[in-house]
Amino acid sequence: MAGTGPRRVTFRLRRFEPGTDREPRWEEHRVEVSPGMTVLDGLWKVKELHAPSLAWRSSCRMGICGSCGMLINGRPRLACNTQVAELGGDVVTVAALPNFGTVKDLVPDLGSMFETHRDLMPYLLRDDPAEQDDPTREYRQTPGELERYLQFSYCIKCGCCMAACPTVATDPHYAGPMPLGQAQRYNSDSRDGGFRRRRETLSGGGGPWRCHFAGECSQVCPKGVDPAKAIQLMKRDLVVDLLRLRRRRPPAPVADEPHGTPREGIAAPPPRTATAEG
Amino acid sequence: MESRARPNRLGVLGWVGGGRWGFERYLYTLHRLTGLGLVAYFVMHIFVTSARALGPESWEQAMDVVSGPLFAVGEYLVFAAFAFHAVNGIRLALIELGFAVGRPIEPVYPYATSVGRQRRLARAALMVAAVIALWGGLDFFVLA
Ligand code: SF4
Ligand code: SF4
Ligand code: FES
Repeated sequence: MAGTGPRRVTFRLRRFEPGTDREPRWEEHRVEVSPGMTVLDGLWKVKELHAPSLAWRSSCRMGICGSCGMLINGRPRLACNTQVAELGGDVVTVAALPNFGTVKDLVPDLGSMFETHRDLMPYLLRDDPAEQDDPTREYRQTPGELERYLQFSYCIKCGCCMAACPTVATDPHYAGPMPLGQAQRYNSDSRDGGFRRRRETLSGGGGPWRCHFAGECSQVCPKGVDPAKAIQLMKRDLVVDLLRLRRRRPPAPVADEPHGTPREGIAAPPPRTATAEG
Repeated sequence: MESRARPNRLGVLGWVGGGRWGFERYLYTLHRLTGLGLVAYFVMHIFVTSARALGPESWEQAMDVVSGPLFAVGEYLVFAAFAFHAVNGIRLALIELGFAVGRPIEPVYPYATSVGRQRRLARAALMVAAVIALWGGLDFFVLA
């Protein structure tokens, strides 16, 4: 049989250098693909052989850090989690995630997303700061209570959902699926008491009611977080709260002191981080 | 130049740019377009019927303008838009109250999403809207 040689594909890349380029330009490079090669591996090859100044963001190479979200063949995906073979065809088109500014080439400016995320207080809000700063025991939580938010806690903040959402595409005031999904993650945590504060933060507009369940965020999420579900559950909680039907429960207290069998393994609490006072 | 001030936002293209992922994006787009269409019709309707306040001649004139076959088709499109918007709106309201999207689950690959879970509801809503639109078509064009 005539040798077909190794398979080659064309990487079609959107290049953009702020301050130098007025508009983005497209560049093509052919590289050899090997079995199991990911789009991220392909980018490294392009950088090594053809375009040393090509910029993108990546770190873990295993779908954990959330750095490498890109628009790959028209769909927001993680470059490290997408094999060239699964895309089919001979051209792999890669651009920075849309609906964000571009820092350079394939690097989106996720700053605005993280600002909104921070505004929605993605951490446990409670009124026992002493216990939070210096925990004596764990907060009590049943497996059932854990399941109410566990799915949403798998979010790696890659921004793929924001790039896919048609509301984010036209509405600069919409908070977007990632920050809202994470607000709901904490709202539905039995250890949290911040529902009202987050509701007030969202009441200025830009909140969940701008979402009309196009569902694209959940379709593209590489971690199965389903932010569209989180947002609909947030809306339900808001309606139930408005009707004064929401069960008011204080955040879960610390677990009871164990009795009977003494705890083994931890003789003393770990040393505190050194402070300025020493 | 792209910057935070002028980001790489997809704009209205983002409303139609999907589709390889799920047809709910098209329902989303259609819901917006039919909503805008209904608002435009509403404004026109108020404008036309307000001719009555100017006396019977103005009213007759206005009725002459809107009685052509083109307007009959236009009115039918408004009715079809209403059928879709109303039924899809009920689907959205149910979903926004947490129905049909399911509870949080352990994400195990291949991931099941709330979008897939409500798909039967979406199909049913489309069918009901189609039946209402067809029935309206009969009423507009055949039985009228
Ligand atoms: S919800 Fe999914 S797509 Fe969105 S940021 Fe989190 S992991 Fe990424
Ligand atoms: S479900 Fe809501 S947040 Fe998700 S893509 Fe659609 S409009 Fe955006
Ligand atoms: S490099 Fe970390 S998620 Fe892709």
